[in-house]
Amino acid sequence: MSQARHSGEHSSGSPRTVRDVVFVDGVRTPFGRAGEKGIYAGTRADDLMVKCIRELLRRNPSLPAERIDEVAVAATTQTGDQGLTLGRTAALLAGLPRTVPGFAIDRMCAGAMTAVTTTASGIGFGAYDVVIAGGVEHMGNHPMGSGADPNPRFMSERLVDPAALNMGNTAENLHDRFPAITKERTDAYAVSSQDKLAAAYGKGQIQPDLVPVATLKPEQGWTLNSVDEPPRPGTTLEDLAALRTPFRAHGRVTAGNAAGLNDGATAAVLASSDAAAELGLPVKMRLVSYAYAGVEPEVMGIGPVPATEKALKNAGLGIDDIGLFEINEAFAVQVLSFLDHFGISDDDPRVNRYGGAIAVGHPLASSGVRLMNQLARQFEEDPSVRYGITTMCIGLGMGATVIWENPHHPGYGTATGSGPESVTEGAAA
Amino acid sequence: MSAADFTKLAELFPDETVTHSYVQDIALPAAHGKPSPGIFALVTLDNGLDHSKPTTLGPNTLVELGTVLEGLRERAARGEIVGVGVTGKPYYLVAGADLSAVKSLDNREHGLWMAQLGHDVYATLANLGVPSFAFINGVALGGGLEIALQSTYRTVSTGAGALALPEAFIGLVPGWGGVYILPRLIGPENAVQVMIENPLSNNRTLNGPQAFKLGIADAMFEPADFLEQSLAWAAEVISGDVVPERSNAVDPSLPGTADRWTAAVAAGRAFVEGKTSNASPAPAKVLDILEANRTMTQAESAALECETLAGLMQTDEFRATVYAFLDLVQKRSKRPAGAPDRKLARPVTKVGVVGAGLMASQLALLFARQLKVPVVMTDIDQARVDKGVGYVHSEVDKLLGKKRISQDAANRTKALVTGSVSKEAFADADFVIEAVFEELNVKKQVFAEVEAIVSSDCILATNTSSLSVTAMAEDLKQPERLVGFHFFNPVAVMPLLEIVRAPKTDDAVLATAFELAKGLKKTGVLVKDAAAFVVNRILLRLMGEVTAAFDEGTPAEVADSALRPMGLPMTPFTLGAMVGLPVAQHVQESLHTAFGDRFSVSANLQKLIDNGITSLWVPSSGGSQEIPESTLSLMSFGTSPSTGEEVLRRTQDALAEEIGLMLDEGVVAGAEDIDLCMILGAGWPMFLGGITPYLDRTGASERVNGKRFLAPGIASRA
Repeated sequence: MSQARHSGEHSSGSPRTVRDVVFVDGVRTPFGRAGEKGIYAGTRADDLMVKCIRELLRRNPSLPAERIDEVAVAATTQTGDQGLTLGRTAALLAGLPRTVPGFAIDRMCAGAMTAVTTTASGIGFGAYDVVIAGGVEHMGNHPMGSGADPNPRFMSERLVDPAALNMGNTAENLHDRFPAITKERTDAYAVSSQDKLAAAYGKGQIQPDLVPVATLKPEQGWTLNSVDEPPRPGTTLEDLAALRTPFRAHGRVTAGNAAGLNDGATAAVLASSDAAAELGLPVKMRLVSYAYAGVEPEVMGIGPVPATEKALKNAGLGIDDIGLFEINEAFAVQVLSFLDHFGISDDDPRVNRYGGAIAVGHPLASSGVRLMNQLARQFEEDPSVRYGITTMCIGLGMGATVIWENPHHPGYGTATGSGPESVTEGAAA
Repeated sequence: MSAADFTKLAELFPDETVTHSYVQDIALPAAHGKPSPGIFALVTLDNGLDHSKPTTLGPNTLVELGTVLEGLRERAARGEIVGVGVTGKPYYLVAGADLSAVKSLDNREHGLWMAQLGHDVYATLANLGVPSFAFINGVALGGGLEIALQSTYRTVSTGAGALALPEAFIGLVPGWGGVYILPRLIGPENAVQVMIENPLSNNRTLNGPQAFKLGIADAMFEPADFLEQSLAWAAEVISGDVVPERSNAVDPSLPGTADRWTAAVAAGRAFVEGKTSNASPAPAKVLDILEANRTMTQAESAALECETLAGLMQTDEFRATVYAFLDLVQKRSKRPAGAPDRKLARPVTKVGVVGAGLMASQLALLFARQLKVPVVMTDIDQARVDKGVGYVHSEVDKLLGKKRISQDAANRTKALVTGSVSKEAFADADFVIEAVFEELNVKKQVFAEVEAIVSSDCILATNTSSLSVTAMAEDLKQPERLVGFHFFNPVAVMPLLEIVRAPKTDDAVLATAFELAKGLKKTGVLVKDAAAFVVNRILLRLMGEVTAAFDEGTPAEVADSALRPMGLPMTPFTLGAMVGLPVAQHVQESLHTAFGDRFSVSANLQKLIDNGITSLWVPSSGGSQEIPESTLSLMSFGTSPSTGEEVLRRTQDALAEEIGLMLDEGVVAGAEDIDLCMILGAGWPMFLGGITPYLDRTGASERVNGKRFLAPGIASRA
């Protein structure tokens, strides 16, 4: 146990020191295309999660499994192979000691991100030293919205436009709100996402995060999946122009400029900086601040804007302090609305260097940790960057943003904005 | 040769459930930042059926696997692949040769083809030009484990169970290379354990960690990501980063090995002699090949293995074993002949045991452990009750001490078993079984008292071994609720339960009895209420014949060893001493009363009992056994001694006669049930097929009854 926790116990009511939270390591399964032909058809979601947890332990042999204080696993649909309190079942199935607790968590697309920030808060408070946080979504087994029973009051009282329950419609709505974002721009953005991912694969920047998963298909036998299935490298503007606009006749949103329907899992180890030092765990990023914000459900894609503004304010930083952006690409229009708001160009090299969900896929609740894995690798590659953000939009009108500091930056550990010695009262304002 | 040359064999089996060989190319994971070692071809053995249908190796399966491997050998030669792996569908690598197919090969030539086909396919696996790997994810028996042994490297899952070379038990030899490779891989002593001792010890198998410890596998991984880790390990082996250590491996050409080899074979032969009296040819053949192949090349051994297999496949011992093992123990025991619809069964939530003696206490322990319902024992005074409950508690503590059960389970089981001096404790019981003195009037009195207390739905059961269940039911108000429930000693170990239907026993009671048997993890066999039911009637007829021969003047060692060619678990006199001479005599008297002189009551035996002698044989100073002069002097003998052959033939004929009569009387539904009872209740060997296949093949059935018990082909060559 740490000093901070002791001081808290002995002086309840007095201000307590927030402990620094660090991102130790993260992994993910290769992502698959949802559906009968996808690589994970016939594979269970919880098994995908288990592969990630076990890989984290293998990669971090100095972490004793019994030191893990919590396993938080997100899934949007928590039934069937994603039910039964996933964090706990995944911990048991992964062979973690029975003394390690776990829970399931849901914030739709930001599930894994919320698993990270929730457990990180627990670390900051002194409740945990080390946690595993992640998410899984097998959209083949659990199509979006399956089993959901929206309250009729949403419609009768016009609380939410029923169209807002369909994410594609909200993306079309976003085009209506921002006429400057044209289909040409979103398609161009989508092509660059595919290109950037292909380039990152070529440089071996994606593969290190992946946990190979063996799968068995009828009349095919076992195979090993070690790369993502969704990418379509070489996609051209002409290819995209030919696609249907399924959400609106003559609309702008297509399967090509949006993330697909995918299967996959992610998991990360977070620790207090003290515990990381004690156990000899690597520090890939330091958590600076995070924020969630609500927006109109009909234009949920704009959520990252207020979430980021709030997180920057919490951190005492400005947008210009951010050197790298990992923004989830649910829809190209949603990314562009964010970039336009902050005056960042569509092809800014700080944004999604490895491409994004349009190319790699977006298994809803798992994606948050993928963004963090990639930001962590970019931090390592680019010590000139001090701060980066991971941000994503969330169904029913929300945004989520986490700001991280690069430990490889020469100024790491010195006070700028929100330093390691910040105090809770300030951060919560 | 190639696998395709065996197509004519495969065509004999158009209905084979084929286990297919599916191939997937896998880019091996790169280790430590190096480039991927290359493409690895992974073969999955899968019959497309769920886990209740094991994958097996029939001729079509082997031809397909061989053809696939030949294709991979060509790809290896072209440099397209750097390694080949074999694994299975979930829970199985592959369960072994398709015994039903092998059993039906009535032409020696065809059997030889089958043996050669396996060798041909496995030789391809062993000589691909690139390393081969078996990833033992689950069950790997016989030819299944030999696939792994023939591979260059092996990994095993910690969750794998049932890894074995059970051929000696089945009546064959591990003749697809196992008998050659295993002693070299894990040492001759360990190989004898795996190929001889385990099969002949109730067909014991190894789990993953045991197999790894012996050196059968080079690496072991947990089930959660077994295949992923196995592939990563294979990549490291192929790239040279990992070189497996084989500390148990033996090179037979090195000095000193010959002595080890010879000693291991000798130990194996002694073990076989002790277990089977060499009554079945297969175990000795395994050791013959092992002994010979120390100085052989693998090809020379393979030829010997094929010839031996072809010969053994045509033996009746092999056929009888497959009948006993597959048709009876695995199939018939799960669908008891004559059992009523299980839907009629009533729940049993509390059990009463009348009596607190040793048998009653064993029953109480069994019911409490397996059914996990309250069990109350009664007896006539508190001291007896306390002793009975105390026995159960001490047995539970023993299980706890051996870590067979947890502290919580021990607490639970102990709390379930209580005692009372009043039968009022049975008021809310659903099932009350008596284990009191074997005396009809005592049992009738007990049931009258119990029936006055229990509900009208409560089932009454008797554990009698010799009394009439029908007579016991006579004075009951509800005779339909009484059923015979005959266990075998020791209750916790012996798997048979004779479920006795009296004329008035109703279907719901019987159905409940069968469900209870299942809950107790016993095999219930339905028997008619006839004196001594099945097992004891046959055992006592056998013991009666041998005892009569002895009484007539046959020397004890001749009489008692006359049945050695049957390979029974113990000699008749040893069995009598184990059962207890007074108990044996008591049942014999009941059988004499019921059936007359077929069951002769020995005056000599009575004299031994009267003089407190508990066994004819006692250990002699020289380590063997003898009958003391003081015992012999008590008895009187006739003057017409028999030879051992005569005693054997006489016993065979007596058994054929008795079983013929039992089937005529309808004691059980068929000869198969007699065989099942003798295997599970008396531990009679599977190479006898229980007993009726043996009586058929020795001609006793024809001699005595003018007909066989089983049609040719069922447990013998067609």
